[in-house]
Parts: sequence; C-alpha cells; structure tokens
Amino acid sequence: MSNLESHLRTVRRGGRKILIPYITGYAARWEEAVRAAAAHGADAIEIGIPFSDPVMDGPVIQRASREALNRGATLHKILDGVRLLDVGVPLVVMCYYNTVYRCGHERFSRMLAAAGVSGAIVPDLPLEESTEWCAAADAANVATVMLAAPTAPDDRLPKIAERSRGFVYAVGLLGVTGERETLSSSATTIARRVKQVTDLPVLVGVGISDAKQAQEACVEADGVIQGASVMRRLLDEGVDSVGEYVAQVRRAIDE
Amino acid sequence: MTALADPNAEGRFGEFGGRFVPETLVPACQELERAFHEAWNDAEFRAELSRLQREYAGRPSILTECHNLGRRLGIRLILKREDLNHTGSHKINNVLGQALLAKRMGKKRFIAETGAGQHGVASATAAALLGLDCKVYMGAVDVERQALNVFRMRLLGAEVEAAQSGSRTLKDAVNEAMRDWVASVEHSYYCIGSVMGPHPYPFMVRQFQSIIGDEARVQMRELTGRDPDVVTACVGGGSNAMGIFSGFVDTPARLVGVEPAGGAAVGRGVPGVVHGMKSFLMQDEEGQVQEAHSISAGLDYPGVGPEHSYLASIGRAEYPSVTDAEVIEGFQLMSRTEGIIPALECAHVVAWIAREAPNMQGATVLMNLSGRGDKDVAQMMQILGPSMDVA
Repeated sequence: MSNLESHLRTVRRGGRKILIPYITGYAARWEEAVRAAAAHGADAIEIGIPFSDPVMDGPVIQRASREALNRGATLHKILDGVRLLDVGVPLVVMCYYNTVYRCGHERFSRMLAAAGVSGAIVPDLPLEESTEWCAAADAANVATVMLAAPTAPDDRLPKIAERSRGFVYAVGLLGVTGERETLSSSATTIARRVKQVTDLPVLVGVGISDAKQAQEACVEADGVIQGASVMRRLLDEGVDSVGEYVAQVRRAIDE
Repeated sequence: MTALADPNAEGRFGEFGGRFVPETLVPACQELERAFHEAWNDAEFRAELSRLQREYAGRPSILTECHNLGRRLGIRLILKREDLNHTGSHKINNVLGQALLAKRMGKKRFIAETGAGQHGVASATAAALLGLDCKVYMGAVDVERQALNVFRMRLLGAEVEAAQSGSRTLKDAVNEAMRDWVASVEHSYYCIGSVMGPHPYPFMVRQFQSIIGDEARVQMRELTGRDPDVVTACVGGGSNAMGIFSGFVDTPARLVGVEPAGGAAVGRGVPGVVHGMKSFLMQDEEGQVQEAHSISAGLDYPGVGPEHSYLASIGRAEYPSVTDAEVIEGFQLMSRTEGIIPALECAHVVAWIAREAPNMQGATVLMNLSGRGDKDVAQMMQILGPSMDVA
C-alpha cells in the first residue's frame, strides 16, 4: 500500500472526511500557501506543475499556470521547493503527460520520490495509455491516482479503480476545472458509483466550489479536492485567504 | 483505395498517435471510433458522402498543368485543384464526412477549431447544410488577420469565439475546442480539422481526405501516362498532405511535406504529447509547447499529425521548411505566372518547388493546391503595399 493510501485510509478510519487543496507550483507565494493549507486542516496537498496547454483547466488555473510559467517555473525549481516544504501531510503532483514524457518515465518518478512526493495525477493519461508510466511510478513508490469521469460506463469504473493508487479522483462534472454556482448532481452520482466498485478512498474534484458544496459532495464521497476556489483566493487575495478558506471547508466537512 | 496502413488497435502509427485525452473524453473517442468504422463500411453512408462531394463540393477536382511556371523552373508542374472546391479548400472533404457522421450519431451540435478559417468556414457550411448548430473556436490573432473568414462563418450561421489564451492562434483554438468538448460531450460532436488529435481522428480525417489522392492517381495516369516523380503539399496538421500522399505512398514518388520555418514540427520538433496525440512537437526542455510563428494562420501550429511523424521516422516522406520571405515570393510567383492566387499555406509549397527546382530538372511534380488565396489578399496587400511598390 502506498504512503498516500495508508495516510488517507487512516483519516477515513478516524471518521473524518478528506480535504485536498490544490496549489499551482511556482505561483506567487505558493510555498506559503501550501504551508497555510496544511496548517488549516488539509489532509494532503496537490501541487500543480504548470503546463503551456492545460486542456482540463478552466480560466483560474490557466491563469495561475501562465503566471507561474512567466515567473520562470520549471519542474526542477518546483521539486526543489517541494523538498523543503516539510508540511507533515502527503504531497501529490498534478501534471500533464508531456511533462512526464519529456522528462522520461523512470527519471520523473525517481525525481518525485526524491522530492518526497507521494503521488501523481496525470489528467490527460487515461487507463489505456498509462501502462509504462504506472510501472515506473509503482517501482518508485509514487501512487498514480486515476480519474473516473461521469461519462465512464459501468464496466470501465472497476478497471480504473483497480489501476488507481492512493485514492480515486472522481471527476465531479462534465467540464474543466473552475468554480460553479451549485454542486452538479453528477458529483454525488460519480462518487457513489465509484464507491460501489472500490475500497480505496474516493475524492471528488472539479467544480467543488465552496464549503457548502464540499459538504454536499462528502455525503457520498470520502473527501474533496479544491482547486480553482483555492487558487482564485491565492491569486486575488493572498495567502491568508487560502488559510481561512481551507479552515472554513474543514469545518464544513467535519460537521 | 489508399495503400497507407491502418493504425493499430491503440490508434498508433508506429510509436506515434494514441489517445491521450482526459478520462471524460475516452468513452466519446471509443464511440466515435465504432461509429466511424460502421459508417465507413456502410455503402449507404459512402453513397451519401459521394453524392455530397459531387453535387455540393464540386468533386472531382481537376488537374491543371502549370506550363509557364513549369517551363521557367525546368520541371513539369501539375496542380491538384482543391482550391476549386466549394468553400475554397480541401477542408470540405473532411467536414462533409464528419458532419454526416455527427448526424448519424444523433449529435445536434458541431464544434470546430480553425486557424486560417478554412476549416471553420467548411464546418459552418456543412452545419448549415445539414442543420447542425455550429461553434467555431479561432485564436484571437487569427480572428484579426482572417476577418473575412470570420464574417463568412457568421454569415453561415456559426458562432465564432476568439480564443484569448496562450499564443492566441491555432494551438489555443484547439485547447478551447477540447475544453468545450469536455463539457458538452454528451450532445456535441467535435469536428477536428486535420489529421491530428486522439485516435480515431488522425485515421478518420485521412480516410475522408484520401479522395484527393485517389482521384489524383487516376488523373495523373490519364494526363501524363505515369505516376509523378514528386508529390508535395504544405503541412500544418497535415491533412491535405495526407490526402494526396495516400494516393502515391506505394509508388516510387518522393513525398514532400513543406512546413513553415516557424512551425516546423517534424523538422525542428521532438516527440511529445499534446492535443491527444504523440507526435513531433516544438517544445522546450521542460516539455512546454512552443508557440509557432508563421505568416500563414493555417500552418501556425507547433505539432503535426502523427502519421506524418511516422512517415518521417521511417524515411518515406521528407519535411523541408521555408521562410515567410520565401512564401511571399512564392505567393506572387504563382499569381503572376499562372493567374492562380494560391492560399498562403500553398505558397509554402510553391516556395519549396522554386528552391528545389535545380535538383529536380525534368521531373514531374504534383502539387496539392489545397486552397485559394482570396482569404489572404488583404493580409498580402498590407505586406506588399496596395501599389506593390515593395515588389
């Protein structure tokens, strides 16, 4: 069992819902934001590796990625920063596949492990294309978190869950990352469907936009991932706002 | 029928291709693969497509021998006149096929990306004909330099959205179209305009464009009694080139895809993954995709269709590049010597032929004239000046 999975199972066994905020690596004051999130109740933190063409991301994370790249973001600089974070919760990177492919599967997985990263989410690497990367990641003890989307037919979900390590990332809606007015009904539906086929923790991400929606999603899911709502606060309001928001979501899902 | 091989079960041409898409889109790609396979093997679908190609698009397109330019260059130069198709380019071949497929799949909404606007115009046209709602994504830079095509799309009833992200050209239009598709996949059909994207698009678009090569092979034998020595076309994503190559890949003909110097994916790229496919890609050490820079919006793309990467990797086709300055010369050369104003994309091929001619003396060169230059006249007037003093 991966470190990530055992940590999240421990949280779940303790009767708590799991909260994973997302921070774009090399965004302004990103390391402080990661520390703030950890200090205010995050169970793990997802670090985005910015990419030039983020097709799964909406306007907020596109902007965060672009600004980070303009600030000189590179994989090495981000992993150097990650190595020094020491926040006491597992760290998971989110990166598009070309970042992995260009670096090389084995080299990339070893670099993650060396930086203390527990897992990786690669949103444009579906099951059928994932064999080589997953083998390298498994060998380096980096948990590859697979995504399960509302469009998946029933016979596809067990295959995704079986290949997933750490947890299963249930995609909350049809669409890219970003905040929405209300929680899509697809969020609870996909969480329920995935829970039926796996014992791994199931977290919903994409379109979980505030504390109330996180609470609603957690009726079915083991936890939530919060991306755009965190990054909008970091970009527009600063680190303190990230800490306050994470604390607010924490309280809501602990109720 | 083309002698090009089908991709394998994973949608690969050699190591290139595949299906690198968000999980949300995997079932849609699988559904499309099944639907295309069924349609392509359905005589009724093929007959309907043939009828539209003939009665609507104006096929078959003719061959034109360029006696003046050929004599000047010391070659026998023959054009496949895709510029004479309805909507002014080869794009209609693919779009009619995909629009019929969308109807057959029960999709009501038709999404497309466009660079120069030719694929957008063709998509808007097919959508108008077949009663589909059409949304076209176009980079904001291209919206500006191809204003006439933007208006044409609107006139045809399509909604045009300017992509404001990244380099604001074709690459970013593809990103926006994919983001739309991720959100609308249940009722929308994404009509990719070139031999790129996730499987089955590179294969499917090639099949729809192979009519160019099928016709040309027969027409060349009628006109010249033999196969050409050189077959050449411009390459952005590479659909018009795949279309004409498909007719000659099993002949000894030299296959030449001409890339813009500022968007030479095969010439200057390394293998990478973007827009759902593994292919040659202009990128930096970190895997960040570089922005292409070309005078021609239709070729302003840092990637290339995976089958071109495959043909390059096995040495079956070659991919030289030409500069914007050479393209401007080529554009005028064909206009003045033949009375044919080529699309800027095709002026790349003219430029390469003119440069390479000393090494091809006496050869028969078949060039795919994939589009007409009307859309580029305003841009060229700015570059050359209304009175053409600088020429």
